Amino acid sequence: MSALRSFRSELIKLRTVRSTWLLALVMLLYVGVSAGGFAAIAGAASDQQNSPFAAGGIDVAPLVYSLATSVGYVFLVLVGALAVTTEFRFQTLTPTLLATPRRASVLVGKLAAGVVVGIVFALVGLVATVGIGGGLLAVFGIDTELGDGDTWALLGRIVLAMVLWSLIGVGLGTLLPNQVVVIVVVLAFTQFIEPILRVASAFADWTAEIGRFLPGAAGDALVGSSLFTSISGGAADPLEQWQGGLVLLGIAAVLTIAGSLTTWRRDVT
Amino acid sequence: MVSGAVIEFSHLTKRFGGVAAVDDLSFRVEPGVVTGFLGPNGAGKTTTLRSLLGLVRPTSGSATFDGRPYAQLADPLRVVGTALEASSFHAGRSARDHLRVAAAAAGLPLASADAALVKVGLDSVARRRVGGFSLGMRQRLGLAFALLGDPGVLVLDEPINGLDPEGIRWIRELLRAYAAEGRTVLVSSHLLSEVQQTVDRAVVIARGRIVYQGDLAAMSAGGGARVRVDAADRPALGAALAGAVVAAGADGFVVTGLEPGEIGLRAHRAGVPLTLLAPERDGLEDVFLHLVGADPAAAHAAGGDAVGPSAHGPGEVRR
Repeated sequence: MSALRSFRSELIKLRTVRSTWLLALVMLLYVGVSAGGFAAIAGAASDQQNSPFAAGGIDVAPLVYSLATSVGYVFLVLVGALAVTTEFRFQTLTPTLLATPRRASVLVGKLAAGVVVGIVFALVGLVATVGIGGGLLAVFGIDTELGDGDTWALLGRIVLAMVLWSLIGVGLGTLLPNQVVVIVVVLAFTQFIEPILRVASAFADWTAEIGRFLPGAAGDALVGSSLFTSISGGAADPLEQWQGGLVLLGIAAVLTIAGSLTTWRRDVT
Repeated sequence: MVSGAVIEFSHLTKRFGGVAAVDDLSFRVEPGVVTGFLGPNGAGKTTTLRSLLGLVRPTSGSATFDGRPYAQLADPLRVVGTALEASSFHAGRSARDHLRVAAAAAGLPLASADAALVKVGLDSVARRRVGGFSLGMRQRLGLAFALLGDPGVLVLDEPINGLDPEGIRWIRELLRAYAAEGRTVLVSSHLLSEVQQTVDRAVVIARGRIVYQGDLAAMSAGGGARVRVDAADRPALGAALAGAVVAAGADGFVVTGLEPGEIGLRAHRAGVPLTLLAPERDGLEDVFLHLVGADPAAAHAAGGDAVGPSAHGPGEVRR
């Protein structure tokens, strides 16, 4: 009961601050430019001989669509994390806990709101990749594959991945309540450390085995298509889709549980 | 009809590291009166209130509303209204949205946010972002949060701080009205003068311990009583007062331990016409400062109503 009320309250919190809308807008632009740019390059190259994008070559549409996650997932992690860290930054944790004294209920409410945020942001990402990217593919006469059931299954897995990334963000914010720290950690890890690790891990078989379990790699495995995976390749086959999903879910669970046993229990002064 | 709950602190102790911010605090707060929770900054008032509200976990002891800890209240905002500090707002959220967030979490209708803003006089700025609010406006918004669920208990930490004179009068009337309706009102302040006109009962703490609890009016009764006395013939007056505690001042003697009548009688018998006979008493503020400033032993000596931190059960006042 109190978790359901907390969930409603969290949804109001998220839509009444500008940072949520700003992140959605930036994500739309960033993913849109990425998807549009890639679709345009692929389209322009598609009528050239020996081009990898020529008919019968690389299956372009799934790569374009999955940019929603492979480029956009960092926004979900940030929104999820900010849902927790702003409470500490603005000391709104005090009124939050006065209205909902059971801290577990507050956390459940935040996770549930994180699911909604994941779905909404996934739809924004898909507007960018299917709308802008897919539109450009159509302009260049490349098959958008939107009549294919597999494509719609891909889009469904993108939504699922975005929800899981959002939950990872909530868990991370619970563990690292300092807003500046969490933003630096998220950006450094997703944009810098993990890409290097993924490339570096491909040099030996045993590191490649481990590299498959990196969060970004697991996310790509869940979605089943990623420009990043196509470029960097890898010595080991990626995880199965369900395994990738479980890895993301596991990361979210470990972060949330670790946070709820540490910072989330602390005195609020 | 809303009725107040009894707040009961029982041997509440909170240590941060090795330091006891709150040390074995026991007292009751009854409905129907305004209770002041007084003490200098750093005395442990905020820690005590945050322990009461489940935000801080006490090292030992308990604090309850009609026997139930805050965390076990089914609808906390309908039972207890709280304003803790004027900074717990997201700067980018509007006043109305801030209250709607709380209303949703408490299971209250969203319209209660608007009603609360009207009560505190912020309805005209309901849609403005809190980041641009003055301290006084933030205090009012904090109060709106407290009033949101029409609670039977109000717990307010330094609510007058930052209010303009008109706001101070308004909140005094509000607190008195709430108490008159049978609600429980607990107000903390580090300035006695701020709440002197509002408070019926006082609990005074210093260094985490209770140094006084009882009626505010009775607090000054424990203050030192003196008589200022003078005569043209001072040596003769001094001889007449022999045996009493007398201090010589520029405008006569200051006598402690003798009633004015007794002094007058002694002067009369000695044939000394008095030019001054004026009883004096420490003001409430002086007694308060003495209570919180001096060490606990001195506070004991200050007056009959000063109580030891563990000498009494809850609510008991030595008369």
